[in-house]
This record gives sequence, C-alpha cells and structure tokens, in this order.
Amino acid sequence: MDEKFQNYWLHHGRQWGTLFGLIILIIVLWILSPHFLTISNLLNVAQQTSINAVIAVGLTFVIISGGIDLSVGSILAFSGICLGSAMQSGFPIPLAILVSLGIGLLCGLVNGTLITRGKLPPFISTLGMMSVARGFALLFTQGRPVSGFPEDFRFLATGEVLRIPMPVIIMIVVYLIAHFLLTRTKLGRYTYAMGGNEEAAVLSGINVKLYKTMVYGLCGMLSGLAAVILTARLNSAQPIAGIMYELDAIAASVIGGTSLMGGEGTIVGTLIGAFIMGVLRNGLNLLGVSSYIQQIVIGSVIIIAVLVDMALKKNKS
Amino acid sequence: MKPNLILNMKNIRKVFPGVVALDDICFDLRRGEVHILLGENGAGKSTLIKILSGAYRKTKGQVYFEGQEISIKNPRHAQILGISTIYQELNLVPKLTVAENIFLGREPTIALGVVDSKRMNEMAQDVLSGLGQKIKAQTTICELGVAQQQMVEVAKSLIINSKILIMDEPTSALSDQEINELFAVIKRLKKNGVAVIYISHRLDELYQIGDRVTVIRDGKSIGTFSINDISKTQLIRLMVNRKLKEQYPRVKTAVGEEALRVEGIKKKGVLRDISFSLFQGEILGIAGLLGSGRTELARILFGVDSFDSGNKIIKGRRVQINSPRKAIQSGIGLLTEDRKTQGLVLKLSVRENICLPSIERLTTFGVVNNRKETAWTKKYIHDLKIKTPGMNQKVMFLSGGNQQKVVMGKWLCSHVDILIFDEPTRGIDVGAKVEIYQWMNRLTENGTAIIMISSEIPEILGMSDRILVMHQGRISGKFASSEATQEKILQCALGVANG
Repeated sequence: MDEKFQNYWLHHGRQWGTLFGLIILIIVLWILSPHFLTISNLLNVAQQTSINAVIAVGLTFVIISGGIDLSVGSILAFSGICLGSAMQSGFPIPLAILVSLGIGLLCGLVNGTLITRGKLPPFISTLGMMSVARGFALLFTQGRPVSGFPEDFRFLATGEVLRIPMPVIIMIVVYLIAHFLLTRTKLGRYTYAMGGNEEAAVLSGINVKLYKTMVYGLCGMLSGLAAVILTARLNSAQPIAGIMYELDAIAASVIGGTSLMGGEGTIVGTLIGAFIMGVLRNGLNLLGVSSYIQQIVIGSVIIIAVLVDMALKKNKS
Repeated sequence: MKPNLILNMKNIRKVFPGVVALDDICFDLRRGEVHILLGENGAGKSTLIKILSGAYRKTKGQVYFEGQEISIKNPRHAQILGISTIYQELNLVPKLTVAENIFLGREPTIALGVVDSKRMNEMAQDVLSGLGQKIKAQTTICELGVAQQQMVEVAKSLIINSKILIMDEPTSALSDQEINELFAVIKRLKKNGVAVIYISHRLDELYQIGDRVTVIRDGKSIGTFSINDISKTQLIRLMVNRKLKEQYPRVKTAVGEEALRVEGIKKKGVLRDISFSLFQGEILGIAGLLGSGRTELARILFGVDSFDSGNKIIKGRRVQINSPRKAIQSGIGLLTEDRKTQGLVLKLSVRENICLPSIERLTTFGVVNNRKETAWTKKYIHDLKIKTPGMNQKVMFLSGGNQQKVVMGKWLCSHVDILIFDEPTRGIDVGAKVEIYQWMNRLTENGTAIIMISSEIPEILGMSDRILVMHQGRISGKFASSEATQEKILQCALGVANG
C-alpha cells in the first residue's frame, strides 16, 4: 500500500501541487473579495478561461511532442474571419463552424508538414505561420471586422445548458476528449514517445512524421474551435483577434507541468494552469488592480510556477 | 587513520524512491594508487561515484577527506576539494579550443575580465606536454579523437590540482594503442601522488593498471583486495556470487528454413555488394572493426537508412523495407548499440517502453487496451527479471543492465522473428551478459533468427553458429564457428586475408 502510494505520488504529485496552488489562490481571493466565490462569478471565470483553455490543449500536445506552436493566435483570427464570412454569405451555422475548424486544421497541417517534411524547426515554421495567417485575415477583411451573424449563432456564447454557459460546456467536452486521447490512445502514447526521444520512437517503428503532423493539425483545429467561441462572444470576427494568445496558452501548459523539453505533461495539469491564470485575472479585476500591475503579477506567477516545478523535479532525482 | 589515506567513505547509504541503491558501502583511497571499483551493472558503482563527485547527496554515512569529515554539496564543491570525474560521456564544448576547455570557468585574465589568451594557451600546452601529449592547445575539440579528448579532460583536472581523479570506463571507446597511452598517463599521475578511482568491465585491464580492487554487489561492498592477491575467476565469482559455468553458454539448435536473404546490397562509400542468408534458429555473428560497415548494414536491413541497389528477401518473398515501421511489420527487430539515445524513451515508464513497438496489436480504433498492456508488461518484467519498483517507474531511474533488459522486453513483446543485436553486451557486466546470451539461446530454440554484431571477437566465436567478417564495406570472410579462430577473424577484419 505504502509503495503504491509512493508510486502514485511520484507520478501525480505534480498535479496535486498545482491544484493546491489554485486552491490557495481561490481562498486568498475569497478573503480579499466577498464577490469572488459566488456561483455566477465562478461561471464567469470559467467562461473567460474557456478560450485560452481550449487553445492550451493543442499546445500541450505540441509541447509534449517536443515542439512549439506560435501561430495559434493568428490561426484563431484567420479561422474566425472565414467563419464570419461563411455565415455572412449564408452558410448554415454548423457548416460555418466546420469551415472554421477546417481552416484551423489546414493551417496546423501546413505547420506539421513544414516541420516533418521540410525539416524546419517548429519555432521557425510556426513563427512564419503566425505572420502568414494574420496577413490572410487582414487581407480578406481589409483590416475591418466582420459582423452581422444569424441570431442563433450567439447561443454558442450566451446560451446555457443546465445553467452552464455553452463555452464552458465546449471546454469540458474538449478536455474530456483530449484527456482520453493523451492517456488512452496510440496518438497520445506516440506524442509522449516522440517528445521524449524521437530517435527511439522512429526505431520502434513509429511513423513519427505522420503523428507529428497530426499533433500540429489538432492544435490548429483547436484554434479554429476557439475562434468559434470568441466570434460568438464578440458577435463579430476581428482580424486582429488572438494577438498574444499563444503566450497565454504556453503559460497555461507550463504552469500545469508540461515540460518545454518535451515528453512530459498532462491535460489535467493544463486545465489547472489555465484556471490559475483565469482566476488570477478575474480576482485582480475584482480587487480593482490596474491592468499594468496585473501583467506584472501574471508574469511573476509563471516564473514562480516553473521555478517551483524545477525544484520539485530536482528533489525527485 | 593512516597518513597516506586521502579518502575514507564509511557505511554510505543512498535511497531513491522505491530503490535502495547503496546499502552500507565502505571504500577508502590512498594517495598515488589506482583503486579499481568493480561490480555488475546496477551494483551501485555509478551511484557511489556520483555521491563523491557531488551529483547526488548521500542518505547516510560519513565521508572523510584528508582526515576531515566533509559533506559534498555539489559538483563545484567536489572540484574545489580536488575531486575530478571523467565520465564516459565527455563534458567538453566541441566548438571551443583545447585551452579554452581546459580553463573553462577559471580563465586567466589581464584586467576587467579580459582573457589572457596567450598565457592560457601556454599553460595549457605545458600541462599537455607534461602528460606526454602532442595535442596543440589551439585546436578545437571537435577536431580531436575520443582518446585525445579524454587527455584534455585529464589536463583539465590537473589544472585544478585534483587530488582524486575518477575515471568511468575510460577505455571503452579506445584502441589498444590509445589504451597504452592512457595507462602511461595514469602512471605519471600516480607518481605525482594523484589517487585514481578506476571503473572498467575489462578484467584484463585491471591487472595492468590497478593496485587495489573493491568489489561491489547489490549496493554493498563485498571486499577490498590487493590486485596481486586475487584471480580473475575469484573476482568474477565475487561480482556475481555464482559460478559461471561458461562465459558463452551457446546451445546449438536445429536450423530451420531461410528467414532472410540479402542479395547484392550496395551503398556508395558504405557497403559493397553484401549478400548472405540467415536461417531460423541460428545466430549469425558479424565481426569487423569500427567503420567496417557493420552498423550501417544493420541500419539498412532495419530500414533506417536507404541504399542504392540490392534485394531483401524474407521467407522467400522480396520485400521493400524503407522504414523501421515496415521492418517491424516484416518481422525484423533491431537492438541498437546505444540504449539511452536510440533504444529507450527515458522519460516514459517501463510499461510504455516495453509496449512501444507493439502498440498496434494493443489498440482497437486507436484506443490502448490497458488490461492487455498490463498483462504483457508484467510477463516481461517477470521473465527478464527486470528490477524495478513497479511497471510505471520511469526507465531513467533504472540501472544500465535493467535498462538493457527493458530493450530486450520491448523486442520480445513485439513478436518479431528476426532480431539484429548491435553490440548487445557493450558496457555490461559478466552476469548480465550471460543472461542475455541465455535469452538468445531461448529465442533461437523457438525458431528466431539472430544477427549478432560485435567487436568482441571472443563473443563472436563463443555465441555464433556462423560468422561473417566485414572490412571496408564488404564481406571479407565467412566461417562456420567450428573452423573460425580469433586470428582468422582478425586477419579478415583487417583486410589482410580473405576467408
């Protein structure tokens, strides 16, 4: 029993540590602001977190596979523009959503192909995509936002099922699927193996090129999904949407214990990481802290989280 | 305490999560001696060294250095005390010069932190010539061979006035000539009063260079002996605590049908017209010097590298194998030379590593069958006697021998029937070697065909049924094991004769 516990702690201790951090944060904010711990505010936090959380799932896959994706924010904008244009020109909503997901998937697959076939470092190819996708979004709209969507589309942002807002439901579904993918499927296992030791993965007969491309495709598709939520919330598609979103998503993954070296990380950790950032923003807003100071606080939290993580890992070995 | 004792370690204990790595180790070291540390893989040699070099902290026990009890806090602290370690993987910056590497972190400066290159080069050159080396201080490291790089490491340790020098398998990548040179340098160091802790698996070497030997087994020190008072057989017995019936326990099995035929494989500048057959139930040994094309042949057979022309025929059918994935599907497995960089994903668990090439057979619609995976893993942990606190333990926490067993498990689990072993016992102690040989026997009994590439000729002679020798990318000799001798093989490997 004792050994089992030790083993469990060795593998899941990190997650509980992050969760503990989140709980402390919530308690502190609760003491400082009575409005914080109300159901409506918590649902509000979840709703605000949902977009970053969905993008962060894609980045978690990419980072575990040993790469990085800087283009998610631009892909989000480009997908959003296509989604908006599709609806404007009379596409039914489900089809327009598929367009958004499809554009995201396509951009991600291009990233993946450049990395696996073109042998570009992920940093470079996604840096290029970041600019290219943004440029397309601006070009198609001539820099103007797209708006005027069917009333039903708003349901994706303002609708509720069992009093839970739609964005939160979408996020929950994404996390359930992603957790399953990463822990129980071939794709998940290969993602860890590629990031942990690519050469060993190749020599074990894994089609690394295919699965790596898939991982970037998945990441792009999730940006397309995030675009749907954001566009519904704003009721317009902005070509300048999603700037710096990649950094928030990377931060959520890293706070959640994903190693930038690859081969390590969990979906649950990323969810907690995304919530730490969301709760912090919301709490600081409630407390009336200026947005300038907020940036300082959030940046510090990222650094502290990684410092603590590294210290814990050092202890383990 | 005797005056010439520089180091005394008493009752050292080190516990990792779930594993007691060291349990009551005692070890002492005199000035000017070469003290050999001997033990099987996983016995605890590396752990002991890492405690001494500051990479790990001991859990319990005392370390006395020059008569005073000390606690080594980190690698830097160890260096300040005068304890230097030369690891198997050398720690040099390839793009910097010899002198820059030797003085890395302690460069002589003129003023305002400007490096005094002239003085640095002169001092480095002095130390190198003091070691009897002709290496130029201004050469960049990447232009040097492994042996010379090792000398740079030795020079580095002299610059910081090391009193204790730890060498971990320094000869594993050296030629005989280079080994002799290294030994000459070690003797010079001894004369200057430097104490050397020396780790090696090559028993013959120990008698050439060692003064005393301490045997470690299962994390305990078994005993310390003067090297002249103990025989090789006694040492082996102490290491493994069991008599070795035979060093090479090959049991011949009935040879079956042709498993693999290779016809005229060519690759420009690498392989010239390689043709041979491999039969079920046999071990085909491939000998050859480093660079003879043996590893390249293995990589081509396994589909990692491409080739210009030629055919691969498996069980009578011509096959196109252009990726490891295809190779595995065709029933070929490759145990690579280097388990850490090519064989294992160190961050993943024993379970995930063992099942990695077999995932296809463990999944339905891409979903892994947990119960089946657990059952398979348990079987191989049990069969191969892998020492691990659990199947979810990350492989990086296992000892070298156990890691090699995980690699074995990986290929046993994948049910391939043609296995290529590239240097299966490199850096592995005698006991684990025999275990691997016994597995080869068991595999051939069940009809598996094995290609064994090795640079140890006794191993080739002892374990192969047939032998191919390679020289400069072509097959320079073919023998049945009964007619082969060490000399014949060596002559073919050197290209002096054809067999």
